[in-house]
Amino acid sequence: MSFLSIQDLTVQLKNGMPLLRQVSLDVAPGEVRALVGESGAGKSMIGKAVLGILPKAARLTGGKILLDGEDLQTLPQKARRQRIGARAALIPQDPLTALNPSRRVGPQITDRLVDILGWKRPDAEKRALELLEEVHIQSPDRVMKAYPHELSGGMRQRILIASAFAAEPKLIIADEPTTALDVTVQKQILKLIREMQQRHGTALLFVTHDLGVVSKIAQSLSVLYAGKVIEETTVENFFASPSHAYSRALLAATPKYTDPEGSLTQVPESVIAAVEAEVAAFDDQVKAGSRP
Amino acid sequence: MQIVRALLTRLITTFITLFGAAIIVFVVIRVVPGNPIAMMLPPGASEADIDRLKALYGLDKGIFEQFVIWISNVVQGDFGTSITLRQPVYDLVIGRLPATLELSVMALLIAVFIGGAAALTATLYRGSKVEGGIDVAGGIALSLPDFLWGLALILLFGVLWPLFHISGRISPSLGFEFTSHFYLFEALARFRFDVVLDLMGHMLMPALALAIPLAAIILQLLKQSLKECMHDDYITLARTKGYAESSIILRDALPNAILPTLTLIGVQFTFLIGGTVIIERLFSYEGLGNMAIDAVINRDLPLIQGIVLVFALLFTMVNLVVDMAYAALNPRLRHA
Ligand SMILES: Nc1ncnc2c1ncn2[C@@H]1O[C@H](COP(=O)(O)OP(=O)(O)OP(=O)(O)O)[C@@H](O)[C@H]1O
Ligand SMILES: [Mg+2]
Repeated sequence: MSFLSIQDLTVQLKNGMPLLRQVSLDVAPGEVRALVGESGAGKSMIGKAVLGILPKAARLTGGKILLDGEDLQTLPQKARRQRIGARAALIPQDPLTALNPSRRVGPQITDRLVDILGWKRPDAEKRALELLEEVHIQSPDRVMKAYPHELSGGMRQRILIASAFAAEPKLIIADEPTTALDVTVQKQILKLIREMQQRHGTALLFVTHDLGVVSKIAQSLSVLYAGKVIEETTVENFFASPSHAYSRALLAATPKYTDPEGSLTQVPESVIAAVEAEVAAFDDQVKAGSRP
Repeated sequence: MQIVRALLTRLITTFITLFGAAIIVFVVIRVVPGNPIAMMLPPGASEADIDRLKALYGLDKGIFEQFVIWISNVVQGDFGTSITLRQPVYDLVIGRLPATLELSVMALLIAVFIGGAAALTATLYRGSKVEGGIDVAGGIALSLPDFLWGLALILLFGVLWPLFHISGRISPSLGFEFTSHFYLFEALARFRFDVVLDLMGHMLMPALALAIPLAAIILQLLKQSLKECMHDDYITLARTKGYAESSIILRDALPNAILPTLTLIGVQFTFLIGGTVIIERLFSYEGLGNMAIDAVINRDLPLIQGIVLVFALLFTMVNLVVDMAYAALNPRLRHA
């Protein structure tokens, strides 16, 4: 059974404008699912809905989010928050802003273990040291006592990865975890996330708009357009024969590794028009009531 | 090494500041009209009497010469003698300073507590009616200056609902013998809570009058900084960990939001100390400010000079404390 199961998730702005349109997707234990789509498609919004951090302007208006079979929406607020904190974790996009500048690194790794999961502080610290070693940080003792501004971006992302794995979550959501980093560091971090995910058998929802990354890390993927899942398939199938015209255009627009400068084509306007029409037709169906 | 140099710089600037303040006050009170000698003598005193008194206080000399004499005495710890009270200025000032310090610090604590609590509450309930209410209260608090708040408080809790004493620092009927001038501090240290209660009954209203506008300023700036922090990524990350909003505000947002407020409090606290002059008068509170007004009315030049120097010293000390607190709270400065 999948550890994360999103069923017909609808998120709307307060004025009724839909940001996610009946999104469904599953992530099984140990599986890596990539979430791709252009900027503004709603990739981050899915992660936010799962982690309970939707922006104030947005509301979950339909569908279910099952975490380990448990419908999060039915839980009282406090229980939901703590359940999410215990079972899921986020690897954020920008390591430079995701650590609290006025707190030392150590407590930022151990805090969830101590405060939410009730570990003893020495145990949590021991665990944090192990994790820092696991993410290949030299002299973890020193790093635990450092402030974020004393460390490089790559180091900080390693720390955030360690922190995400600290409570042995069954699900990790990584929201473009390498886009804010140097190209050379990007590869190392990607490799590290993959390595950690495999060792811990974590389900991983990996948000990216880089199809090159998808082929390296994911087994399955969902293509999102305007908050709607356009295609949902295995990575193998996707690269061999994408079924949706938009997916094919997306694939064609991605630079090949053999020819990084070439084929940087835009998605053709005809394809955009077709997928827009599809979304509009879907909205009409919802309005007409033929879809709940 | 860096610390030594910073301290040295600080010491020199403090000295220059005090020296500048000394010059300004010395010149200004001699240039404005009004003559201390004329105030001392009965009407119809002879020219000769006036000249004799002038010579006694050294007022017959040129202003520059007077200044040199005064400053060289000050450096040796001699602040001169009050013309009206006929006591050493040093003793007078030291006797009154603790009253003003206690009042100012009490006012500051009240302002920080009220302003801080209001800012945190408004942040927790941002976008709701609670925040709206707190904003309105802050606006009202800011719309009146401290002495008008003093009058309003006297009317409310002195006259209509006589909860507090409206004048003085302590009830004479208490008959408590103090060994220092820090009454509140001493009463606390000696566990005389009846005395503490009486002192508070006198101090609370003037302190509140001083605190209300400052509380509103703290509320506005701290709330603004907190709100900005609440959009930061580390706040979002803390939410995903399972923390409640209230503990996120206290633990993650507050330390990052507090620095601008701290600087502001430093500046505003010096204004607050300046405000004690009028407030002490209003509540007949026997502090330095109250004495300053008498000294000005009577053109008691040595006393005015002494009081102003002490105020200037206080202001520089406040700035020093703020700078140290700033460095202690900001890890980026600490390691720079
Ligand atoms: N706080 C907000 N208030 C209103 N609308 C928002 C807010 N945050 C995001 N949106 C809207 O929600 C939609 C989805 O945003 P989301 O951040 O999920 O996009 P994304 O696919 O992650 O894009 P990117 O690749 O740029 O990160 C966008 O149209 C965006 O404008
Ligand atoms: Mg995004």
